[in-house]
Amino acid sequence: MDLFNSHKNDIANIVVDEAAKNRIPDGLFLACPYCGSQMYNKQLGKYRVCANCGYGFRLQARERVALLADEFEEFDEDVSMHNPDFPGYADKLARAKKQTDMGESVLTGRALIKGQAVALGIMDSYFMMGSLGSKTGEKITRLFEYATANRLPLVMFTASGGARMQEGINSLMQMAKISGAVAAHQEAGLLYLVVLTDPTTGGVTASFAMQGDITLAEPHALVGFAGARVIESTIHEKLPKDFQRAETLLANGFVDKIVPRPDLASVIAKIVQMHSGEV
Amino acid sequence: MADLLGFLFKHDVAPAEVVKRSREDRFLARELIDGLFTDFIELHGDRLGNDDESIIGGVAMLGNRPVTVIAIDKGIDINDKLSKRNGSPQPWGYRKAQRLMKQAEKFHRPIITFINTPGAFPGKEAEAQGQGDAIAQSILESMKLTVPMIAIIYGEGGSGGALALATADQVWMFENATYSILSPEGFASILWKDSKRSDEAAGIMGLTPKDLLEKHIIEYVIPENRHHAKVFSALSAKLTTEINQLEQVGGQELVKMRRARFRAF
Repeated sequence: MDLFNSHKNDIANIVVDEAAKNRIPDGLFLACPYCGSQMYNKQLGKYRVCANCGYGFRLQARERVALLADEFEEFDEDVSMHNPDFPGYADKLARAKKQTDMGESVLTGRALIKGQAVALGIMDSYFMMGSLGSKTGEKITRLFEYATANRLPLVMFTASGGARMQEGINSLMQMAKISGAVAAHQEAGLLYLVVLTDPTTGGVTASFAMQGDITLAEPHALVGFAGARVIESTIHEKLPKDFQRAETLLANGFVDKIVPRPDLASVIAKIVQMHSGEV
Repeated sequence: MADLLGFLFKHDVAPAEVVKRSREDRFLARELIDGLFTDFIELHGDRLGNDDESIIGGVAMLGNRPVTVIAIDKGIDINDKLSKRNGSPQPWGYRKAQRLMKQAEKFHRPIITFINTPGAFPGKEAEAQGQGDAIAQSILESMKLTVPMIAIIYGEGGSGGALALATADQVWMFENATYSILSPEGFASILWKDSKRSDEAAGIMGLTPKDLLEKHIIEYVIPENRHHAKVFSALSAKLTTEINQLEQVGGQELVKMRRARFRAF
């Protein structure tokens, strides 16, 4: 029993960046990370979905917003906050920015989705594994504040390996900071719609990913709090294949509906419309 | 003389030593409850089918005022520790805490939480029952409370499992407690792929009360003394003073202040 090895209870999961391995040039053969089917890259289509099982390959935030929104006005591309000093952190951030064309691990703004105006947040697992840094938390908090002030529904796509280790306790504080803004949005009677995407884990799962009025998920998305390896080494038991997948969360009552990626825009627009008072 | 030396050098305690002390069970949950309050009545269960023993909750008197007490308990002997997973709560523990928070709100009682956990339990059943949801809802519920809430970290303040009960108006720490995003072992294994370098990790993580006070993560460091009665006497006086002041503020203003406290990070 490894109960007393306290380092196994950590929130900052190590999630292997499988997505990075999947991003190989056009025209090549690749395997679905969920079902293992081999296919040509081209077969994924514009939504980048496995033709066999419907798993949505990990998208960059800018790819997703292009698939989802008719119009998008970006907010706070970079927020002027001081990133804590930590050995190697500045370099890592600079590389992530260059690779993703993002200022941080979340893209925020005002969007029109099939005619419905929403405040939209999309996390990017290619930016330091979508980890929750202070600027990530600031951007999400500001998005909620904007939505509350402008009486808009908020749609949040989660994708995160959890806390950002380099920022230490400040990363943890973001969970509370965002939750305060979620509470104010909720008290204003506004809709908060979450879409869980692969992977959503750690501190993001333990805060705003699980605070929505309605929670959707993409097929087979990995969603959990603790990492599977941490759990297996704590309980000395192999976990079933779909243990932390969206379908299991649906069966356990933590997800409202699983929506294939090509249908997301129309399902989101319909839900938003039903909560707009203008049906 | 030993006390004097301890006082003189206490600021020089190495972070790795603080980590070690934070895990030594210097204070027990029941001892804190009995030392600070009278007439404690324990209340069990989340009303959803479960009761997690690793979180003790109930009502008690702080002086002449009823308060709600929520405490993470690591257990005493080995069997007790096993059944409480060394203070790693299950989702239904956090849901019991939420129930007691709502009850405190209804009866306008201040809430005092005591935290000592390596983290929320990473188990199969815990995941299936929504550990993430349980923590997320505890934080959200805390952000809405119109009654004063003070959180006291008395041993380990492990990550989200600690934050779930530490989204409070004020967060205090015992002198030899820690509060961090992950354990030094975890940190070292991510950073250097070597969990044995945990002492080195502790040095750069900023997890001691002194570091956290400087960063305004916490408001107050509770001085320790080997005579626990002295600690409890000073602490209950401090609790009474601070709760009196927080009660002057008024419910809605308190909510605003609590949100602003965390908005600053």
